[in-house]
Amino acid sequence: MWNTVFPYILSGISVGGQYALIAIGYTMVYGILRLINFAHGDVFMVAGIIMVYMAASGVPLWLCIPLVLVLTALIGFVIERVAYKPLRNAPRMSAMISAIGVSYTLQNLVLYITGGLNQLYPTIPWISDSMTIFGATTKVVTVVTPILTIVLVVALVQLINHTKIGMAMRAVSRDFETSQLMGIKINNVISITFVIGTFLAGVASILYFTNYTTVIQTSGAMPGLKAFVAAVFGGIGSIPGAVVGAFIIGIAENIIKGLDIILFKLGVTSGPMGLATFSDAFTFALLIVILAVKPTGLFGEKITDKV
Amino acid sequence: MKKVLAIVLAMMLVLSAAAMAETVKIGVFEPASGDNGAGGKQEILGMQYANKETPTVEIGGTTYDVELVYADNGSDTTKAPSAASSLVDAGVSVVLGSYGSGVSIAGSDIFKNAGIPVIGVTCTNPQVTEGNTHYFRICFTDPFQGPVLANYAYNTLGATTVYCLGELGNDYDQGLIKYFVDPFTALGGTPIQESFPTGTSDFTSYLTNAANYGAQVLFCPVSIAYATQIIQQAASQGVGFTLLGGDTLDSNVVAEATKGTKVELTVTTFYQEGANPDFDAGFKAWLNEDSEALTNNGGNDIISAVSIMGYDAYYTALEALKAAGSTAPADVMATLPSVVYDGVSGHIEFNETGDAKRDSAVVKKANTETGDWEFVTTQTVE
Amino acid sequence: MSNMISQKKKVDSATIISAVIVACVYIAVFIAEQTIAPTSMLFTVLKKGATYALVAVSMNLLNGFTGIFSLGQAGFMLIGAYTYGIFTIPVDQRMSVYQYYNGGVVQFVLPWFVAMLLAGLIAAFFAFLIGMPVLRLKSDYLAIATLGFAEIIRAVFQWDKLGPVTNGSNMLRLFPSFNDFNIVGADGRVSVYLSTLVPMLIAGLCIGVIILLINSTFGRALKAIKDDEIAAEAMGIRLASHKRLAFCVSSFFAGVGGAMLAMYQTTVQAKGFTTAMTYEILLIVVIGGIGSVTGRKQMIGNFEVPLLRNGFRLVVFSIIIMIVVLFFRRGIMGTKELPDLIRQWQGRGKEKGAQVK
Repeated sequence: MWNTVFPYILSGISVGGQYALIAIGYTMVYGILRLINFAHGDVFMVAGIIMVYMAASGVPLWLCIPLVLVLTALIGFVIERVAYKPLRNAPRMSAMISAIGVSYTLQNLVLYITGGLNQLYPTIPWISDSMTIFGATTKVVTVVTPILTIVLVVALVQLINHTKIGMAMRAVSRDFETSQLMGIKINNVISITFVIGTFLAGVASILYFTNYTTVIQTSGAMPGLKAFVAAVFGGIGSIPGAVVGAFIIGIAENIIKGLDIILFKLGVTSGPMGLATFSDAFTFALLIVILAVKPTGLFGEKITDKV
Repeated sequence: MKKVLAIVLAMMLVLSAAAMAETVKIGVFEPASGDNGAGGKQEILGMQYANKETPTVEIGGTTYDVELVYADNGSDTTKAPSAASSLVDAGVSVVLGSYGSGVSIAGSDIFKNAGIPVIGVTCTNPQVTEGNTHYFRICFTDPFQGPVLANYAYNTLGATTVYCLGELGNDYDQGLIKYFVDPFTALGGTPIQESFPTGTSDFTSYLTNAANYGAQVLFCPVSIAYATQIIQQAASQGVGFTLLGGDTLDSNVVAEATKGTKVELTVTTFYQEGANPDFDAGFKAWLNEDSEALTNNGGNDIISAVSIMGYDAYYTALEALKAAGSTAPADVMATLPSVVYDGVSGHIEFNETGDAKRDSAVVKKANTETGDWEFVTTQTVE
Repeated sequence: MSNMISQKKKVDSATIISAVIVACVYIAVFIAEQTIAPTSMLFTVLKKGATYALVAVSMNLLNGFTGIFSLGQAGFMLIGAYTYGIFTIPVDQRMSVYQYYNGGVVQFVLPWFVAMLLAGLIAAFFAFLIGMPVLRLKSDYLAIATLGFAEIIRAVFQWDKLGPVTNGSNMLRLFPSFNDFNIVGADGRVSVYLSTLVPMLIAGLCIGVIILLINSTFGRALKAIKDDEIAAEAMGIRLASHKRLAFCVSSFFAGVGGAMLAMYQTTVQAKGFTTAMTYEILLIVVIGGIGSVTGRKQMIGNFEVPLLRNGFRLVVFSIIIMIVVLFFRRGIMGTKELPDLIRQWQGRGKEKGAQVK
């Protein structure tokens, strides 16, 4: 039984780690701006495309990786300044529509540049190699992802809890106006939040595309949505919540894909039910249940409405 | 202001439809983007090469320039009607395409209502031509290809359990799997069918499923984009089963993905490089001269069967135009059923549903050392 | 918004002029259809425009007028499109469409308008069910939950086990399309072309109903909810039931729009009804102006077809959208309607124009 289930859990943990890195971007931005940054998934995809083009133009890989991360963070910064900052005092719906507009723009730009064809992601040595763990063969990156995720999250939590900028972030997310009155430069704090969020999305893109190797303009949409669901699931605004949520969603989704065979082997069903069809839908069903039962997610704080 | 702009745009479209003299237009209804973009581009290459080779045609005593008019259906059934309309609007005499059965079916009615004949190049689903008088096709169909694959899996590969994986909502994948499953079951094998949602990039769990079901063969007649990912993930998971695919997998991009791995991949297709050396040499020379064509072919000069099919489709269209003696779509449609043409891919002649009478498929295998295709056998169904 | 309330008086000349303009457009389309070749791109644009106009207006009823940010439009369109397709495929063609499911279980045919109405009703029914848990949520949570529902619906319709009804993940086709509105003479040739006019009339009728609804007491209650939920509740508007009704009405028209999309495309497949489709409609709403029905969505439809044809135009389109979002926050039309514009031209709308700003 264990041999049947373990590979799914392994895939789930790997996917979960990638979702977690994307989800942190969502949760931090939401925590401060109360904005669903719909373009976040597309920034993740753009990071992949930058890598493809940079490697193709002959830049050595060891230089590509840091460059991609810096450029991605820069894109996050620019998007915030161009598309969200002018709308800071506008209704929330306007900012959200602007986010959808940015997402649309990024996708179309990439469609134009690539001609709508799948781009092959460069092979990064070592993490692309195969390895065997508890009888299941997989890429090294599958094992590296969750470890790297945890390390980055611990570092981030330290940053938020023990540095001056972290304190400013917490203050801004608690009360926008008061923190402004206290002399915090809100725009800087928000920019730094975006830079951190997109930087992590850049890391996620390297891990994700090393695993799945092709990038196309729509590559970011689904992972982005799922990462957002993970953030909501864990309680939006909470970083550990987003990480836990991401792992749960990653594992659940992969188990659904294998549910037919698992149930069959357990003797519950006599034949395939086609349940794998619901691997994406399940994520959203989970979201709706969570929102209906506990609207603030697993680790979310209770928010009272300001009138 | 914007309204004025919109009206001007609409006017320009209408005006651009005004036909030019002495030119016959052939519509190219192919995906140049999306999941099937790579395949569509290779199919177009065949037509472009043919067009370069024979840029004029004599119709009713007058020499016409042949102009290819392109419409990108984006591998998307919702975009197909608009793409088809733009070809109709451009005033084409006959349409070639598409790569992918779903988009062909989705665009079919637009051509039907406009009375324009279409020559399907590699759309193998029977629903494309069924019940239509305007849709023809020069390739074999899935009810032929499915049993060939089933026989090959059961008899040659010795598989008793086959895991069939297709994309949800893709008519080609689902259709070919159905036509594979029935004869395979009849032979005594056990097929297992599963589908993945559009946009999936993580196939590891599906590969695990195949292993857990104890499948000896993974049958995945999917788009090139998915096929390369399945191959690479199968390679890193070190799977013990053979991969089997239909005509869509016959692309140098797919063969290249197996390079340096231990993945065994076999496909059925229309043509194998080397069957017509003259054509091969000419086509390769053209590819190597034209850098854009080479890029569209996936960066090397290995010939894909779909390019040959595109080439033959172009000449079939020319034959029809010549026989019709007119550029009117209705005349071309009336003569198409009787058109006979001996192409690079073989003899082309249509039956009463408009399908080419084809009785053989080429089976080939990916060479994991060179990343090229190797001829295995020609399978014929009596 | 206040100009709407002050409009309660009798029909003024601006409204009549607007009606005349609309009527002229229809007559022009009718004449164009009889004279220009039916294959002209113009008609494709108009048909698609009519379809998207209806869906965009129905979405606007929620997002613009009620302030409910729903992203489930593609899901309701899918329900509408499938309902229409399932009940209108001729019985003798079912064997060929449902070829993998033995002809399917539905073995009767409804007239197209009944099927279209049913498409709306079933979409509204699903909206009612979905609304129960979802409408209690706040803005962005509601957006993501409705988006999730659209994705779930898409998966359910593609499920193999429902194949006998939905044809699984395969296409529905061969149902009556816009071209079946043409009147065919005894000789088998089309005598009167109506394939563009009828969809435009259907869209026009539906949009007309929505406009009447918006200008009713119910519509004003919705606007009050948008401006301030708590204040609206204090004034005695029942939030839950108003929101639910608005959600169902919007979904009804999205369902009808879905049926029209099916007719336009001539085939239906669940695969196409993605989140991207919802975004596209939302962007049309935004360009047209949130809170305005006449934002002449049909014009945007005109943009759409030529612009969607190659990558570069698409990029330009995205940039236009961003500019509209950032600089014309209310969209091209703002909250103004066609009659308002006419009033302004007549020089009678000065004080109302001031209120709008």
